[in-house]
Amino acid sequence: MAEVHHIHNQDPNAGAEQRKAIWKTFWILLILTAVEFLIAFTVPHGILKVSIFIVMTIVKAFYIVGEFMHLKHETKSLIWSILVPVIFVAWLILALLLEGNAIFNAVFD
Amino acid sequence: MASNVTTPGAIEPKMWMGGIEPMKASYGKLMMWFFLISDTFTFSALLVAYGTARFSFPAFSGEAADFTFSNMYWPIPEKVYEAVPFLHGVTLPLVFVGIMTFILIASSVTMVLAVEAGHRMDRESVEKYMLWTILGGFTFLGCQAWEWSHFIHGTETGSVMKVIQDGTWVNKTVFGANLTENQYGPPAFADFFFFITGFHGTHVFSGVILNILIFFRSATGFYDKRGSYEMVEKVGLYWHFVDLVWVFVFTFFYLV
Repeated sequence: MAEVHHIHNQDPNAGAEQRKAIWKTFWILLILTAVEFLIAFTVPHGILKVSIFIVMTIVKAFYIVGEFMHLKHETKSLIWSILVPVIFVAWLILALLLEGNAIFNAVFD
Repeated sequence: MASNVTTPGAIEPKMWMGGIEPMKASYGKLMMWFFLISDTFTFSALLVAYGTARFSFPAFSGEAADFTFSNMYWPIPEKVYEAVPFLHGVTLPLVFVGIMTFILIASSVTMVLAVEAGHRMDRESVEKYMLWTILGGFTFLGCQAWEWSHFIHGTETGSVMKVIQDGTWVNKTVFGANLTENQYGPPAFADFFFFITGFHGTHVFSGVILNILIFFRSATGFYDKRGSYEMVEKVGLYWHFVDLVWVFVFTFFYLV
């Protein structure tokens, strides 16, 4: 990151590699979204379909946060201070989905 | 006394002792990251609440082809979102929301290209890519306005719902959706639609405002005078986050 800041020249070829990486990420995101569409209309609804969607969403999130937001290329301490708090979200998902299930059983079973 | 005074440079600088950036990022950039973490919690809460409501409601059991709207079970999203502007009466499930996803991803690309141009102090490219990003943001907002309008007004035939009126169950034809009535399913489904996509749309809107500010400031040479285009990077982080949230909304609200 730091070294990029100090390139102050007018050379049009500067940053060409970065631009290549940007477009590569764009195509990956586009193809993943297109595949998601394909799966939405070909795979029957069930646990398999939902699991595929969740995995693909996490892959897309990895590319957006890692490449576009540049987190992959930051220092380790910054990466971890962003990723560790997300553990709380994982707990929130688990707790509240179980709660939703319990409400369903209490009302409809 | 004199022995207690430390001369500068006498102590070897250590990582967390101050005076250096242990995370090698400026104050503003770190604060943007930590703001985005807090925003992550807000959006997670909204999406997880949606999951809770959905899990506590009966799902539609039967073939997807036989699906009809009812407030007795949760709707199949692809049956709800199947309209596209200018193609009235044509059933195109999830096509419009797919176009919206593409617009937001494309505007994320032009944003990161603006950030890259900023690193090279290439003012003209920053202006060009910021304009594309602003255009993408406005297009997305326009699409969302259409999506909301269609959702609120509903289909031509509406759907018959069993509701309580004056203490008795009656059949009533409901057109479209608002916070208390919903022709596509239980009212909670419409409530979550308005709150989640509305909260995301508000973020897109404020992102567009920030992008316009960045464009104005680079066009008037503010960042050249300052000698750094880091502000583009900070607002870029926010814009990518908005795109990131949409990826999750797309999966958990429209696909699953």
